Amino acid sequence: MKGWQQFWRQLSLFGLLALVLTGCGKDELSALKPSGPVAAMQYDLMKLSSAIMIGVFVVVMLIFTYVLIRYRKRPGQQGIPKQVEGNHALEILWTVIPFLLLIIMAIPTVTTGFALGKVYSKEEAVQVTVTAHQFWWEFEYPELGVSTAQDLVLPVGKKVQFNVTSADVMHAFWIPALGGKIDTNPGQENKIWLQADKAGIYYGKCAELCGASHALMDFKVEVVEQADFDKWAAGMKGVQSAEPVAATAASAAQGQEIFNKSCLGCHAIAGKGGKMGPNLTNFADRERVAGILAHTPENVAEWLKDPQKVKPGNNMPNLNLDDAQVKALVDYMSTLSVK
Amino acid sequence: MATHQANAVLPDEPEKATLEGKNKVLGFWLFLGGETVLFGSLFATFIALRDQANGGPTSQQLFDMPLVAAATLILLTSSMTSVMATLALHKKDLKKIQLWLTITVLLGLGFLALEIYEFVHYVHEGHKISTSAFGSAFYTLVGFHGGHVAFGIIWIILLQVSAVKKGLTVVTAPKFYLASLYWHFIDVVWVFIFTVVYLMGMIGGKVG
Amino acid sequence: MSAHASHAPAPNRSGLWDWLTTVDHKKIAILYLIAGGIFFLAGGFEAMLIRLQLMYPESSVIGAKTFNEMITMHGTTMIFLAAMPVIFALMNAVVPLQIGARDVAFPFVNSLGFWLFFFGGVLLNTSWFLGGAPDAGWTSYTTLALNQYSGRGVDFYVLGLQIAGIGTLIGGINFLVTIINMRAPGMTFMRMPMFTWSAFITSGLILFAFPAITVGLVLLMFDRLFGGNFFNPDAGGNVVIWEHLFWIFGHPEVYILILPAFGVISEIVSTFARKRLFGYSSMVFATALIGFLGFMVWAHHMFTTGLGAIANTLFGLATMLIAVPTGIKIFNWLLTMWGGQIRFTTANLFAVGFIPTFTIGGMTGVMLAIPAADYQYHDSYFVVAHFHYVIVGGLVFGLFAGLYYWWPKMFGKMLNETLGKWNFWTFFIGFHLTFFPQHFLGLMGMPRRVFTYLKDQDLDVGNFISTIGAFGMTIGTILFLVNCAVAAKSSKRAPADPWDGRTLEWSIPSPPPEYNFAQTPLVRGLDALWIEKMAGNKGMTPAEPLGDIHMPSPSFLPFLMSLGLFIAGYGFMYHVYVVVAIGMLITFACMFARSIKDDPGYHIHEDEIEEKGVKA
Repeated sequence: MKGWQQFWRQLSLFGLLALVLTGCGKDELSALKPSGPVAAMQYDLMKLSSAIMIGVFVVVMLIFTYVLIRYRKRPGQQGIPKQVEGNHALEILWTVIPFLLLIIMAIPTVTTGFALGKVYSKEEAVQVTVTAHQFWWEFEYPELGVSTAQDLVLPVGKKVQFNVTSADVMHAFWIPALGGKIDTNPGQENKIWLQADKAGIYYGKCAELCGASHALMDFKVEVVEQADFDKWAAGMKGVQSAEPVAATAASAAQGQEIFNKSCLGCHAIAGKGGKMGPNLTNFADRERVAGILAHTPENVAEWLKDPQKVKPGNNMPNLNLDDAQVKALVDYMSTLSVK
Repeated sequence: MATHQANAVLPDEPEKATLEGKNKVLGFWLFLGGETVLFGSLFATFIALRDQANGGPTSQQLFDMPLVAAATLILLTSSMTSVMATLALHKKDLKKIQLWLTITVLLGLGFLALEIYEFVHYVHEGHKISTSAFGSAFYTLVGFHGGHVAFGIIWIILLQVSAVKKGLTVVTAPKFYLASLYWHFIDVVWVFIFTVVYLMGMIGGKVG
Repeated sequence: MSAHASHAPAPNRSGLWDWLTTVDHKKIAILYLIAGGIFFLAGGFEAMLIRLQLMYPESSVIGAKTFNEMITMHGTTMIFLAAMPVIFALMNAVVPLQIGARDVAFPFVNSLGFWLFFFGGVLLNTSWFLGGAPDAGWTSYTTLALNQYSGRGVDFYVLGLQIAGIGTLIGGINFLVTIINMRAPGMTFMRMPMFTWSAFITSGLILFAFPAITVGLVLLMFDRLFGGNFFNPDAGGNVVIWEHLFWIFGHPEVYILILPAFGVISEIVSTFARKRLFGYSSMVFATALIGFLGFMVWAHHMFTTGLGAIANTLFGLATMLIAVPTGIKIFNWLLTMWGGQIRFTTANLFAVGFIPTFTIGGMTGVMLAIPAADYQYHDSYFVVAHFHYVIVGGLVFGLFAGLYYWWPKMFGKMLNETLGKWNFWTFFIGFHLTFFPQHFLGLMGMPRRVFTYLKDQDLDVGNFISTIGAFGMTIGTILFLVNCAVAAKSSKRAPADPWDGRTLEWSIPSPPPEYNFAQTPLVRGLDALWIEKMAGNKGMTPAEPLGDIHMPSPSFLPFLMSLGLFIAGYGFMYHVYVVVAIGMLITFACMFARSIKDDPGYHIHEDEIEEKGVKA
């Protein structure tokens, strides 16, 4: 048998693979590229535990390889090997050493666990209420009187306290680059705090199977400087405490008419409309359409023509709009900006 | 096993005289271990949901001490009579076994009748399985127990009828023994139901 | 057993009827293997469709809804309908032989357990043709699994698993009693082969874990079919209760699966190193400890549920502790081989391949036990990689090893070693290619159970490699099937003891006669057969004179009883209570008949016992 040779060849293949793979991962998405203190603490724990574990693995593999090479049966080998019952010293050794290694890991486990479990008051952190829906995210800033969806806007370098729940099934709120996730349980409220130390766009995901379009339940986190955040919040609040502005351009005005007739029951714009669907007050400022598509008029039109095609199983019906109506709606929606 | 000759030389503790008998007794004890986890899970669920009346009737409004006390008394008495049947089994006295088991069955039927009356009454009060989480948990836990009682009654009657023909042998003895053990178990479960569901329910709000 | 009872004639057996009515543990083992094997292929097919869908970003090979059905059925099938029955196949085939018993404690219950599992599995799989398979994941978290959010498929999940679960539960009780009461003279607990020990502890876990899922499924059934409100938050229900019940069962279930694999590996590593198991008593202790701790750690599946830092930390630390007994096992296996004469048969290749693979799975397990870090791993592909390393790299490797090892004992034919080695290497390489990259996919932000991923997220390479690897595992599985076919066609009989075995099953012919041991053997120590071999004896010393052997009669009742529940299941799902009544009537009539009519069994006369004395 050339088992171990194949084995080593394979192991080196994995090493290579690991190198290729670890180098990758998008800054915006990867838990391996932490962009805030929570993700950093978690990344440190990962590094510590994998270092210890790889150490253990190397020891096991050294013994393993030695044993397989040294003690394989050779042609013509005679006699019965010595029947060893056990060895107390050895057995104690490999009970105690793993135990000590576990203690090394247990200490940061406890400290980090409690650090992440803290709940910050409104004086200490920006408060955001997250409500997950099939298959979109609602974000409310109760202190600021602002409500938005799909694009979460956060100030840089500041703690954010999230209170998360769900309107239908269980989802999980996850922004890998900022830190680990928490489930959104219908009928209950969970808490998690995160912080972003670098301005930019981050990707958020739903991590708990929640129906057909679970895979497409993405959201974006836009981390901006405090001043920009304040400006944004003030703008949002101003718009949302007033009636929707009437569109001026002819096509957009026609779109607004369609919107008021067919969409407003579920979607809010400014201070008016339902809460069944995402709030569209700042739709034109969004990073993506439906959380996944590039924000282009074509993609907005594609969504409007057949929402089920883009996100199977979502709650928006096909409104059976003709091309002209779609165009009018797209024109109107591209005016929905607070920037 | 031939039945005609076993009777004559029925050994002491006939339920464990054969390997089959020993297997059955051990297997049944293990089964009761599993049943304990089953009822434990139901109890845990009930405790978690007992205050969730969802606008329907609460336990304080529903439960009626005299009725539940009567049911408890009946069932505990039947537990005693089933023990008497086991004692008769060890004396190898089939007639006494039959007598005590008949009383056990009658008491069991009395208990079931009270329970059915109770459930019907609750439904009239608007307490249904679909009313609230409390309703679901109540009927599931207490109903599971009631189902066990009903199964026990049918089982014991079946054993009694077939023993008329078969007599007391090393084959029938383990069955009597197990039925009695089972009956004892569901009585113990009832003691917990009485405490957790009814007593804690009536003082309600103050506990938990 | 009354040896003087009237001689009922040995039952007439032929073909299908024999298989439908058998209560012989060796035949039930084969039934479990075939049924479990077929479900394994179904689950594997589902896995391939999953991997094909994920081979490229934004592809639409099967689409979102079908994808969710596939992952649900893949998980459910592999755990409940493939892994469990194949474990039961090995336990049935081997445990009675290893303890020197003629049969299990409850042959009738044994058969009933099989048919319940079988009909439960069939019921679950008929969902494909009756409006769609369950699609709420194998964990069926509420409220997604409630009526408002998922289709009828989940009803099939609830009733199918309920029926199959009862079968597993009574199977577990059967093995507990068998091992406690039916051991041959001299076979003390601390002389039992490691596989029997693991079967014993696994059965204990089954007994105490399965009732929790039974209750969970009952509650879910009430919610879905009878207007219950256990998990409906609008009526005061609580979705987290399901999670608790599911994982109070689900975590011990993981050890129910892996402990028998530990047992298999212990037997094989020891046999093919020609050494006794190193640290036998610490192995027994470690197995029991893993089983015990297995009940204390269920909430580590729920770190992100929001149980709070205190609960999370306690469950995390308890979980880490399991690494200690698991480590003991790994080192004991290594030291068993140390100083031995290792033969690399296919069985041993799988056993040896198990060690590093399972070590990786265990390592990621410890990493996952740290709650704060788990917030990142949880429900990501990292977890998918971890549990496949444990369940495929641990359990399935163990099952392949066990099948190659005990195949001659089960079927009287040898599996081909060359094909076997191809089987191992394709499966082994394919496995690592499939699942190793998934660790990184998860850390790079890929949640589990996603039917697709976007192009611009750097997840393409890992997913592509993973799918290629899955083809390797498919080839390995096909080679195994080919090997089975070749063995079945071959006319060469397997010897009684092809591997220079150490335990009692190798002291009797392959396959064993229906009474297993013509005379019950006398056991003089651990590795009973090896002791006799070393003492220069030809075989085991008998513990009783040759005499008539009493055997239980075959029965069609287990099949009918299970069929009754199967029928009633459809009645419940479609609210047709006539059908429920018919089904339950069949089941209760069978129970009634079984209670009224005693089984006299039959005797195999002394003259009919083919070989005198117990031979090696």
